[in-house]
Amino acid sequence: MFKIVKKRDLADVSKLMEVEAPLVARKAQPGQFIILRIHENGERIPLTIADSDKEKGTITIIFQEVGKTTKELGALEEGDSLRDFVGPLGQAMELPTSGRVIAVGGGVGIAPIYPKVKAFHQAGMEVISIIGARTADLLILEDEMRAVSKELHICTDDGTKGHHGFVSDILQGMLDDKSQKIDEIIAVGPLPMMRVVANQTKPYGIKTVVSLNPIMVDGTGMCGCCRVSVGGETKFTCVDGPVFDAHQVDFEELTRRGQMYLPEEKEALDKYKEECGCGGGNSEIG
Amino acid sequence: MKLDKDQIRQLRRMKEKHPMPEQAPEERIKNYNEVPFGYDAETAIKEANRCLQCKDAKCVEGCPVEVDIPAFIKLVAEGKFDEGIKKLKEKNSLPAVCGRVCPQESQCEALCLRGKKAEPVAIGRLERFLADYELAKGVETPPKPASTGKRVAIVGAGPAGLTAAGDLAKMGHEVVLFEAFHATGGVLRYGIPEFRLPKEKVLQREVDYIASLGVEIKTNVVIGKTLTVDELFEEEGFQAVFIGTGAGLPQFLNIPGENLNGVFSANEFLTRANLMKAYLFPEYDTPIKLGKKVAVVGAGNVAMDSARTSLRLGAEEVHIVYRRSDKEMPARAEEIEHAKEEGVVFNLLTNPVRIIGDENGWVTGMECIKMELGEPDDSGRARPIPIEGSEFVFDVDTIVIAIGQNPNPLIPQTTSGLKIGRWGTIEADEEGATSRPGVFAGGDIVTGAATVILAMGAGKVAARAMDKYLKAL
Repeated sequence: MFKIVKKRDLADVSKLMEVEAPLVARKAQPGQFIILRIHENGERIPLTIADSDKEKGTITIIFQEVGKTTKELGALEEGDSLRDFVGPLGQAMELPTSGRVIAVGGGVGIAPIYPKVKAFHQAGMEVISIIGARTADLLILEDEMRAVSKELHICTDDGTKGHHGFVSDILQGMLDDKSQKIDEIIAVGPLPMMRVVANQTKPYGIKTVVSLNPIMVDGTGMCGCCRVSVGGETKFTCVDGPVFDAHQVDFEELTRRGQMYLPEEKEALDKYKEECGCGGGNSEIG
Repeated sequence: MKLDKDQIRQLRRMKEKHPMPEQAPEERIKNYNEVPFGYDAETAIKEANRCLQCKDAKCVEGCPVEVDIPAFIKLVAEGKFDEGIKKLKEKNSLPAVCGRVCPQESQCEALCLRGKKAEPVAIGRLERFLADYELAKGVETPPKPASTGKRVAIVGAGPAGLTAAGDLAKMGHEVVLFEAFHATGGVLRYGIPEFRLPKEKVLQREVDYIASLGVEIKTNVVIGKTLTVDELFEEEGFQAVFIGTGAGLPQFLNIPGENLNGVFSANEFLTRANLMKAYLFPEYDTPIKLGKKVAVVGAGNVAMDSARTSLRLGAEEVHIVYRRSDKEMPARAEEIEHAKEEGVVFNLLTNPVRIIGDENGWVTGMECIKMELGEPDDSGRARPIPIEGSEFVFDVDTIVIAIGQNPNPLIPQTTSGLKIGRWGTIEADEEGATSRPGVFAGGDIVTGAATVILAMGAGKVAARAMDKYLKAL
């Protein structure tokens, strides 16, 4: 069993948890993820390692309550325990030690991009961050992101905070600003956003990476459920990724594979709501 | 029950095995309960009396874990079941599993003298009978041996690892068994379906028995990620390590359309169904997407398991698609028979060349080509050759690729000093010793995908070699 030692509400449906998992904490590196299962009947879900503390032996996860499992997870409190928690899985991301990076995090992607920005920052790179959400209430980790970024730009689709529009608007301005060299761009967020960023940066020939979050079962390369075409080759996100060259990823395939279980996800969520009597909620899937 | 001399004489002439009752096909495809029911005591005693008790018993040579077959059968014949199971367990720590999934027909039973003129003695059914007898009555834990003070790590709680762990614990070593998944059993848990190997009733109880021997089980630890083999030695204080991580990497066909929605590797399909219990969705959270018409590509045991699982999940039509003929099918005869009885359709000498999808990316069909058999290839089996112009489209909406698994690369990639074979296997000698002192390996990670019992045999042999190695330290 893996104890939840800390829980914090970040926004309406975004929660942060610190979970006791000393073996995972000892090894965790930026870019990697864990798989957890809440209880005996639960499914295995992957979540990015948002932070880790070797001394305390804890792993921080951040999630948005979008489906049955994440809602159930969000209903747990400090002191409760998770049945299973395994990791660190996937490849650690490559870390250059100098240069200028633009990090683009959208919605649910702000949580997984934070540890990467932090790692870039600690490695000595200059990081310009752009974060966005549908509305101001959904923005998370603003202070944390600011602390590890040289500049932080905020956008909301509805204009309730920062730039009224998309992250890609701000990014475009930076791409067009020839006075500032960009060494790398990292984008994490909903698939449509990552796709837009990939298409946007390609003509500029700037290295762009994305961190993918497809459906997984085992997370150790055993089932191939998370397969994705990268440069025309099939890769398993769980062992080959989750970070890939954005210009090589087949986003169309990824999008439709991600929709494979939508009816079942809805069925499970409806049943859960009926049983817990907790009613509606947000259903943005990233 | 006491048999008189005449009855025994008659049984020794009886040509056929005593049949094992089983669920009718039309019933069983609607449930996940085990198909065969097993012998009752009376039938077991009768069947055991068919054994001639050969002095130079060949059957034993066919058993990878060296069970003293005539001895345990004699005890069954005499109705001494408690002694019988003890005899069996001297060599085999997982008899209820082996009695169900071993290919006895190509091992012990293939060498049975009675098999020369009639059907061999039903060794597997008798093994299962004794194991089930003990499970029903309550399993006895043998007394703990004196500790040797040596620490051994076993990586992978599948058939090889469980066997090695059990044997090493019986020898007095301190054993820790690491498993990447949240549950033990390896392929016995994620691969073999409930209707062939009940998980709670049989598998879990045999794992519990291994634990009762003093083996400490740690799930959710991925060796190669959470800890490396190097760390097991340097930081965790282990003096020897056994690697039994199996063949967990699914092979695909590498044809166009394989990433369409509705195409599964057999590993994914069976893991969802078995380990994650997707057949109980939404009571269990993991779903499985299945259409009406399923094609399973391949004809090994994994393919049969996938096909029969599809029927139970409610598929209307299930097809096996295999590029060779019925003679080359690698599955056990019993599995093929069960699949046919349940209505699985066999499309032989047929090979997929392309998977076709609709505008939303869901599978709608599979283009196949007819094959004919040529000269034998490297594997000794006839090489299938495509017949030009014989392409046709098979209308299916779900495809399961069951053409084999490769060794899991995680340990080879992260362990120093291990010699790796051409196909990603770990090289080990006949005793399981690898190129790195103190590291032993066995099962599919050494041989490539094979059988449960061969993996158990490798676990047993390696345990003996490890014991020797540890004592010499």
